[in-house]
Amino acid sequence: MKPNYESPTIQKLNAGMMNKFGSRTEYTPVKFIDNVAIADLMDQYGSPLFVISERTIRQTYQKALKAFRMRYPKVQFAWSYKTNYLNAVCQVFHQEGSWAEVVSGFEYQKALRNGVPGNLIIFNGPDKSREDLIMAVENRSLIHIDHFDELFMLIEIMEEREDVKARVAIRVNMDTGVYPQWDRFGFNYENGQAWNAIVKIIAQEKLQLEGLHCHIGTYMLTANAYAVAARKMCELAFAYANTTGKHVKYLDMGGGFCSANTLKGSYLQGSDIIPTFDDYAEAITTTILQFGFRPDELPLLILETGRALIDEAGYLLGTVLATKRLADGRRATVLDIGINIMFTSFWYNHRVSPAQDFTQHVEETTLYGPLCMNIDAIRESVIMPILKKDDRVVVHEVGAYNMTQWMQFITMRPNVVMIDTKGEVHLIRKQETVNTIVDCEVVPEHLK
Amino acid sequence: MTKRKVTVAATGLNNIDSPGPGIPVIRGLKESESLDVRIIGLSYETLEPGIYMEDLVDKVYQLPLPTAGSSVLKERLRYIASQEKIDVLIPNFDAELHNFIKIQDDLKKELNIATFLPSQVIFDERQKSELGKFGEKYGVKVPESQMINQVMEIRKLEERLHYPMVIKGRYYDAYIAQTYEQATNFFYKVVAKWGYPVIVQEFVTGTEVNVTAIGDGKGTCIGAVAMRKLYITDKGKAWSGISLEDDELLEISKKVIENSKWRGGCELEFIKTKNDEYYLLEMNPRFPAWVYLANGCGQNHPEALVKMALGEEVQPFTEYQSGKMFIRYSYDLIVDIAEFQKISTTGEK
Amino acid sequence: MKVRKNIAISENGFIFNPLTGDSFSVNETGVFILQKLKEEETIEAILQSLMDEYELDTYTAEKDLNDFLSMLKSYQLITND
Repeated sequence: MKPNYESPTIQKLNAGMMNKFGSRTEYTPVKFIDNVAIADLMDQYGSPLFVISERTIRQTYQKALKAFRMRYPKVQFAWSYKTNYLNAVCQVFHQEGSWAEVVSGFEYQKALRNGVPGNLIIFNGPDKSREDLIMAVENRSLIHIDHFDELFMLIEIMEEREDVKARVAIRVNMDTGVYPQWDRFGFNYENGQAWNAIVKIIAQEKLQLEGLHCHIGTYMLTANAYAVAARKMCELAFAYANTTGKHVKYLDMGGGFCSANTLKGSYLQGSDIIPTFDDYAEAITTTILQFGFRPDELPLLILETGRALIDEAGYLLGTVLATKRLADGRRATVLDIGINIMFTSFWYNHRVSPAQDFTQHVEETTLYGPLCMNIDAIRESVIMPILKKDDRVVVHEVGAYNMTQWMQFITMRPNVVMIDTKGEVHLIRKQETVNTIVDCEVVPEHLK
Repeated sequence: MTKRKVTVAATGLNNIDSPGPGIPVIRGLKESESLDVRIIGLSYETLEPGIYMEDLVDKVYQLPLPTAGSSVLKERLRYIASQEKIDVLIPNFDAELHNFIKIQDDLKKELNIATFLPSQVIFDERQKSELGKFGEKYGVKVPESQMINQVMEIRKLEERLHYPMVIKGRYYDAYIAQTYEQATNFFYKVVAKWGYPVIVQEFVTGTEVNVTAIGDGKGTCIGAVAMRKLYITDKGKAWSGISLEDDELLEISKKVIENSKWRGGCELEFIKTKNDEYYLLEMNPRFPAWVYLANGCGQNHPEALVKMALGEEVQPFTEYQSGKMFIRYSYDLIVDIAEFQKISTTGEK
Repeated sequence: MKVRKNIAISENGFIFNPLTGDSFSVNETGVFILQKLKEEETIEAILQSLMDEYELDTYTAEKDLNDFLSMLKSYQLITND
């Protein structure tokens, strides 16, 4: 048998060179996901292809739940729809016991269709129409008020209604010592806005303040910021109790936990520096437990974790379209995976593995997508084994945001499959066709 | 007395004009009176001089860069451990410490390689951006500082800190600003390179004095030697220095090591003011490149570290000679390209 | 197309150019091609031996060989005569 062919390469050795020794093992080929052969998946479902591991979702969810449950008696997760609202994915979370957390009328409808009872839907975000609010009130959903305009609109809506109360919370923003401070959502804590909103709600007979909500940022590298946030939330909850004699039923600490992806510009690998679920849980629960609630008055702790629960479960498989040499001698590899379906490549250096065997020789390359657009690069510079046309690659940790923020641009969105816990493969979103796009268009008579 | 054989792996073989601490640490170990040390050098680049110093380094392996992450590092060490029985490993680079601290328990459990490192918590506490809290917690004066995210905040700080003030990046870089205009320039420069927040620090004038120290992790300072730089290179690194007899400085240093229960080697950088006050500017979480001076005046810190890593009780050093000097020099090694080829193509030598 | 004189090519793919002082690392296929070049084989002959040695189609062989030769040229390791 002839030996396996690898394209010839030459690399100049100099003092500043990337050293490949030891990085030899950085790229073990990834040929299977949950024991299903990647080659089989791509032969059947095409390329590029999103793959979701149901087993990883369930394991990650249980890990997160355990971290909080062993420290705090009342914990509830609410699945953040915007992170990944493919119905199959949502259903896995709902089966595990998650409520739904939505930020638009569209997402709200999706949650209802997924069979989530209205009273287990949390409605967040700055964009809730009059119709959305009416629907949420009637379904007894938890409305997390973002601004005074929304509060006044809700008061107005309730004036016309009898025998029904709106279940509400306010979103609070605050200084937790991290930069940037997310002050565009909700009511500010430090300047008293949040308290003003609470006072306003107290005065409304038809508004029932059920909880308090915050969401201090995204990809939070310090668990301590949550301790600061939890303390301020507890202070508001106490102030409310002192004023009204009633207790809020829950504190919703939002999301923002990190996944193991590496942010661009980070010197160390994401997986080495991110806090664990236990770190976050410790910071939040210790603060609440020590604040002085009576045991029977401890609020329910709600978490809207998205990214950290789904990122690792998502893979994106792709194929090398071409390899070429750039003007300055650098290697370029063109993949069929573009930024149009991998939005997170704007802020992460995603890990990319080859899906077949290779030698220990590596080369620095840029990974470009297939778009005829200069910005379409998914890794500016990465040390990879020598790839050739038709080789396959696996992009890791793409479960969060890609399958919601992807755009239909130049190419169409590909198939998404889920591997269930028994190893069966299910198509959960069909690849788009020309009709998917064109059917929405209307051409005026005179242009036909 | 026959010397006990041990194998120690060390990084920081970049013994160049701005040297890493690896070779000085190794020299200390080679001069141990009780240990017969075989040295495994761990390098990141192919031209680190230590790779070619065969009288000091018995065998060399390349490591993946810290950016590759701790799991890749562990994988590589697993391979090295299959070739060599390593008793103790001493990392000497700031940038690699995070990964080594992360995997220190696994190294011991899986590969039986001992390290002697601080915990992640204490390691983080002495970060530049946390210096204020660190000083308060462990009872040492530090220059007043404030983390800011907006350039306008400099105006607010002017009353408290006065000019000149120091504008520092979160991890590296420090500039001395004499005016608001300069301060804002440095602010943007630092932000561009290191991101937010920016540290604005009181400028303390005086003499820089440094201490190399070692703690046992249980609240005892095993050794501490004070030094003042006599001459510095154009890169600001010590060219020559002299050991000092300064009881107050040593007391302060010991207090920091004891209160923080520091585990391993470290360097404390102080400013001594005209009024004989000591301000801690920085705590580096590893031996300094001048640690061999400690050995030269009677305290072999690298040897003590290896013994503690092996689980032995080490009695604290009580004295050392002041007035000992170190003078750095450079030296041209002659090496055949075959040696370079070996490390470049196989990653071992 | 000739390899410059004095250029040392070792079995494990280490190349040293004493003229410029540069050293390089090449993979197995690279060593294979360089050895053929040293033996002063023609490009056509090298292409053929590549395809005899490996499982490989003509297009890939030609594209890869051209790319490799251009890199060798840019590193001043081969000359045109």
